[in-house]
Amino acid sequence: MLRSEQKPFEEILGYLEGDKKIFLLGCDGCAHSSRTGGWPQVLAMKERLEGAGKKITGHTVIDFLCQKALVASRLRPLEDKVMEADSLLVLTCGVGVQATAAMVKRSVHPGCNTISLGGSRGEWRGSERCVECGDCLLHYTGGICPLTACSKGLRNGACGGASKGTCEVSPEKPCGWELIYERLKEVGRLDQLKQFVPPKQWNKQRPRPEILSTSLWALEQRDQSSEEGKG
Amino acid sequence: MALREALESGRFAVTTEVGPLKGTDTTEIMEVAEILHGKVDGVNVTDQQSAVMRLGSLATCALLVQKGLDPVFQMTCRDRNRIALQSDLLSAHVLGVKNVLVISGDFPTLGDHIDAKDVYDLDSEQLLWTINQMNNGHDLIGNELKGKTSFLAGAVVKPVSDTDASFELQLAMMEKKISVGARFFQTQAVYEVSAFERFMKRAAKFKVPVLVGIIPLKSVGMARYMNKNVSGVFVPEPLIDEMGKAEDKTAKGLEVAARLINDLKGLCQGVHIMAIGWEKKVPEILRLAKLA
Repeated sequence: MLRSEQKPFEEILGYLEGDKKIFLLGCDGCAHSSRTGGWPQVLAMKERLEGAGKKITGHTVIDFLCQKALVASRLRPLEDKVMEADSLLVLTCGVGVQATAAMVKRSVHPGCNTISLGGSRGEWRGSERCVECGDCLLHYTGGICPLTACSKGLRNGACGGASKGTCEVSPEKPCGWELIYERLKEVGRLDQLKQFVPPKQWNKQRPRPEILSTSLWALEQRDQSSEEGKG
Repeated sequence: MALREALESGRFAVTTEVGPLKGTDTTEIMEVAEILHGKVDGVNVTDQQSAVMRLGSLATCALLVQKGLDPVFQMTCRDRNRIALQSDLLSAHVLGVKNVLVISGDFPTLGDHIDAKDVYDLDSEQLLWTINQMNNGHDLIGNELKGKTSFLAGAVVKPVSDTDASFELQLAMMEKKISVGARFFQTQAVYEVSAFERFMKRAAKFKVPVLVGIIPLKSVGMARYMNKNVSGVFVPEPLIDEMGKAEDKTAKGLEVAARLINDLKGLCQGVHIMAIGWEKKVPEILRLAKLA
């Protein structure tokens, strides 16, 4: 399970600056369990965004957003509403945001930070997409994670090492930043390349005790201590 | 001669670089320092170039300061986290180093310690931003410094790319690097005037000095090797032919380097010569290019 927490509302509004019409997307899997992107949270977010003057062109919750093919099939009946929006706000983990971005030709913004619980790929198992850094950057890149797509995890742009679109580390791996460039070009947001991404808050990658206490990790600790108690 | 004065005066700047060796023997570097003294505006010291472990850039810079040269402290983001990077910047300042060049750094698997953990805690843009903070008297998190730094910060750019995405990214990042404090740029080695012209047509508007990179060719094999393995280096076939036909490869390599400098100098504000073992021949290249 991927655990997430919602980003501060002000930060989300910052991402949506300049976008008037938003399509809202939640996930009935882990984000539902985390209480960050199930139906109640999507409806609450709809109300808050409308209160902030945004028009919500549509909203839905899919189980699971990390399943790329499922995202495409569930959004198909809602395509008009999705394409009417300036961008999508996705309330789920980093894998779900990237799966959405891979299927939709619109900017996607993450509404949540993904909290580390030791690595999970969700239902998109081909490669690691989200490192659960707790400080989601997918907004800057149009929905491709620079920490996993770039071998060096560079946040502000490419190094000088790519050749013919492949990474200096391994010729089988595409340059993550060239993918991000093509994606931003596709959604008409190349201006995002000029934004300076400040030094990353790696401390957020360590789950805080109050988050751990609500997670499966806490259950495991409890089980362990009761086992020990028996001995 | 100092790099900052050269760039600020608008004079065509000349820099070169030295690569420390693996070990404590500094004989070669000291000999090179002697030869370069008074002939160049700045001398870069590479930082664990190609991810191969060697004598440090900072210590070598300090030795060059003692010899009366103006070193450019190359700093990669690969090996140090933000605490070590900032501390080394403070150390560099007190040792008399005035220029820093920021680089991402080749990935460890390209070097000789392939099992090393890569760091990249800060990327190039974030390190430039940090240097700017420190020049203004604060560390990265805003704490006040007792005694600030006063670095001239530079960055690198690859003017020739093999994909549109890479070309556009390089320009976008150049602009971003300037916005966070880069005051000059050194480029990857250039062998084709028209390709560099295409780049400068877009980059000139940033109005930040660009020092074009020159690597003297030593042989046909070297040219072919770079074409195959070095990102952003494209030696055109006619130039490879010219090298192939030359009887005295060394003389030809130096002549070609001087010719390139002359053909490129109208397009930019300086030249950065990466001699890769030919450091002692740099004054000869400058003489042939009529820059000395």
